[in-house]
Amino acid sequence: MSFLDYFKGKKKNTANVAKERLQIIVAHERGQREQPDYLPKLQQEILEVIRKYVQISDDMVQVEVDRNDSCSVLELNVTLPER
Amino acid sequence: MARIIVVTSGKGGVGKTTTSASISTGLAKRGHKTVVIDFDVGLRNLDLIMNCERRVVYDFVNVIQGEATLNQALIRDKRVDTLYILPASQTREKEALTKEGVERVINELSETFDYIVCDSPAGIEHGAQMALYYADEAVVVTNPEVSSVRDSDRILGILQSKSRRAEMGQDPVREHLLLTRYNPARVEKGEMLSVGDVEEILAIPLLGVIPESQVVLNASNQGVPVILEEESDAGQAYDDAVARLLGEEREHRFMTSQKKGFFSRMFKGG
Repeated sequence: MSFLDYFKGKKKNTANVAKERLQIIVAHERGQREQPDYLPKLQQEILEVIRKYVQISDDMVQVEVDRNDSCSVLELNVTLPER
Repeated sequence: MARIIVVTSGKGGVGKTTTSASISTGLAKRGHKTVVIDFDVGLRNLDLIMNCERRVVYDFVNVIQGEATLNQALIRDKRVDTLYILPASQTREKEALTKEGVERVINELSETFDYIVCDSPAGIEHGAQMALYYADEAVVVTNPEVSSVRDSDRILGILQSKSRRAEMGQDPVREHLLLTRYNPARVEKGEMLSVGDVEEILAIPLLGVIPESQVVLNASNQGVPVILEEESDAGQAYDDAVARLLGEEREHRFMTSQKKGFFSRMFKGG
């Protein structure tokens, strides 16, 4: 709180800050919770296979599972380096 | 068949044992035969809160391992005669609680009791998972504070994936939010998450709001479940929560600050 705020009698509403931070982290953690347990390992192995041919960094392979009512879709995104 | 209620939170120190003591006492006071089990192996404390620490002879682990019968281990409450306490072991490893062992004890208790209240240890490890595994209902104790709310959401995830009901594909565990240590004056100043904020984030039905109160410490000092402090705000808030748990409709109280008038400021020193 700044010197001026003190005289204006204004205080920062920290509860709102808490709420916003919580909404973001909780949504993020719920998203992870719904992913199957094998996903990190799958991602790691795919990364290793690709590295046999091209050098890429960890964040260039993204694996996600989208679940619908009747089926799940495994979405695999690989970014290759520019040559 | 008994109804099995777990009192859980993830985070420690939010009021699980206080809540277990009050909810079990409240259920028993209404004539339901109730047992409250301490699952916190190695850090037994429910006995102190219930004022029976000097009457513990055998414990939960003794019963699981066949070293004592349930009747030898159960302690009958001296205030409410339909209430029994099954204390945790103070000396054993947490792993002494096996799924099969816990199931056997719960099944045996189910034959004679109406309600089984399971007081969970903090954390999300073995002890906490054993406490919630057989639950039909869960009271998720939360403080209006960031780490507690996040941990409550984590424990909700575990209830939805690792409880017996989840594993067997049965109806899900019924979840209830119990907000404790609530300070309406600080909420009004924008210094504390409001009931509405926490409900919105966790998205489970509200069982009750327990105001932050000096009565809680005074009661635990003496081993009195705070629900027996019938004149106090916290005691009445717990009584409301128990009534709602039993399906009664009760309006929420103690959610706004009591503004002190000029005279009470003058005579009570602020």
